[in-house]
Amino acid sequence: MNVDAAAWDALRLSLWVACWATVLAIPLALWVAWLLARKEFWGKSALNALVHLPLVLPPVVTGYLLLTLFGRTGPLGRALESIGLSVAFHWTGAVIAALVMGFPLMVRAMRLAIEAVDPKLEEAAATLGAPRWAVFGRVTLPLIAPGILAGAVMGFAKAMGEFGATITFVANIPGQTQTLPSAIWSALQIPGGEGQAIAMVVMACIVALGAVVLSEALARRVAAKISGA
Amino acid sequence: MSLRVDISHRYGDFTLQLAFEAHTGITALFGRSGAGKTTAINAIAGLLRPDAGRIVLEDEVLFDSGVGIHVPVAQRRLGTVFQDARLFPHLSVRDNLNFGARYAPPGASGPGFDDVVSLLGLALLLDRAPTALSGGEKQRVALGRALLSRPRMLLMDEPLASLDGPRKQEILPYLERLRDGDLRLPILYVSHAVDEIARLADTLVLLQDGRVAAQGPLYDVMSDPAAVPLLGVREAGAVIEAQVIAHADDGLATLQISAGQLELPGVQAPVGSNVRLRVLAQDVILSKGVPEGLSSVNILPVCILTVQPGDGPGAAIALQAGRDRLLARVTARAIHEMGLVAGMTCYAILKATTVAPGSIGR
Repeated sequence: MNVDAAAWDALRLSLWVACWATVLAIPLALWVAWLLARKEFWGKSALNALVHLPLVLPPVVTGYLLLTLFGRTGPLGRALESIGLSVAFHWTGAVIAALVMGFPLMVRAMRLAIEAVDPKLEEAAATLGAPRWAVFGRVTLPLIAPGILAGAVMGFAKAMGEFGATITFVANIPGQTQTLPSAIWSALQIPGGEGQAIAMVVMACIVALGAVVLSEALARRVAAKISGA
Repeated sequence: MSLRVDISHRYGDFTLQLAFEAHTGITALFGRSGAGKTTAINAIAGLLRPDAGRIVLEDEVLFDSGVGIHVPVAQRRLGTVFQDARLFPHLSVRDNLNFGARYAPPGASGPGFDDVVSLLGLALLLDRAPTALSGGEKQRVALGRALLSRPRMLLMDEPLASLDGPRKQEILPYLERLRDGDLRLPILYVSHAVDEIARLADTLVLLQDGRVAAQGPLYDVMSDPAAVPLLGVREAGAVIEAQVIAHADDGLATLQISAGQLELPGVQAPVGSNVRLRVLAQDVILSKGVPEGLSSVNILPVCILTVQPGDGPGAAIALQAGRDRLLARVTARAIHEMGLVAGMTCYAILKATTVAPGSIGR
């Protein structure tokens, strides 16, 4: 089967966007997960609801809201524009859409991991003289590493598969914002495009399977390290 | 190095009102569960901020509600050993031990890695994971980890409470070595086990319902009749020092105390060494005349210091035996019938089984 260059472009863009979205979301998700797991503050349930919103909203609604916020005339869009970063109808916008959609899944996995760490271990580290950042870096972080990994894989998978919010927010411009799901959808709109679509479906399956296998292997290694074996 | 604590803290219906001092050696904070022991240790460690008061280590104020000082946990440098060892599960024993070393200020004095490993017998455990350790081993590692952070003082929160009898016996000698070694660290030892305290403590602070009910040198407090209800009638009893002077072939050892000699089984300490004897008040029998034809050979001439009636049918009697004090628990009826009063001389019969091997230290 002859695979169109546009299909490879879509795959490359999807991987690129998903990697960026995952890498950018990890620290932010970790911070939010830590806030939700360990801190009591005013507006905690509001934050929790906001984080989970993309999970329950129709993706097209999330995409529209992103367009309103980040579009050329949107408040955040203008702010980004002023530092020379354009996101509307640009691959960076696809990163934002993927990040927002995957964020609740990442926060959830990380929050569970943080809640599983006994705060008494962190207290013990403090009594040994470790400052706060060192307690986090040497005790909390290694113990929640599997949770972070799980969250990252979920976020990556979501980013690879994200369609509704992306196409609403940044449209479907080949080579620019046409991710793999968008490209599959486009191919299916064209009479005789099934062949192209099937090629990309195979790609999507391979990437998804690869991600699962890789994360399993990583999780095993991390778990072995943590149990000290 | 000395620690001065004067704090009050309220939670729910409970009020902790605690004032005591701890110096070099082991200061034991004793109380039943709910007496406020863990609250006290958390406040000193900095894990809890008391409502009011002051905590001063030597000349450094760690906490002062009046001027709003609350030194963060990490900067207090008080090595803490918890009841649940709290070893880091992702680190080997060696890495657990080394965890705190890098945070000690340069020039802080303390034992080296090899010293601690040999003091606590950890050499064979270094490459193991915490999950592969027994309860007693975990506590030894936790103790070593605290020591290697170069603390200015050690806080121990019921470190043996989660261990069974044999494991306890396994770790007690290490604590005695720590006390008698040349580290000279003040140790605050929280416990509700009288046998541990009798064996380890130099100073005793008795807590009851969040207040200090008695405090002073261990030998004084343990032989004070007023302490009987606080320690529990079965656990109360004086602690005295004795020197081993001979071991006989039949397994009995001869020990010298200020009032005479005792023959006791189960003494392992070599001839010439000093040991602590715990003489339970309920195992001391009083006789007005010289007792004859008894199966016990441990008879001491004593003088009655005070007679303190208890709530029930029992009463506690403080006795002077040479330079030592003993405590006896007899019934109020016996006191009446024998006419026991302060100032009277009589004889105390100590059952040879009075002294459990575990109660002998130093």
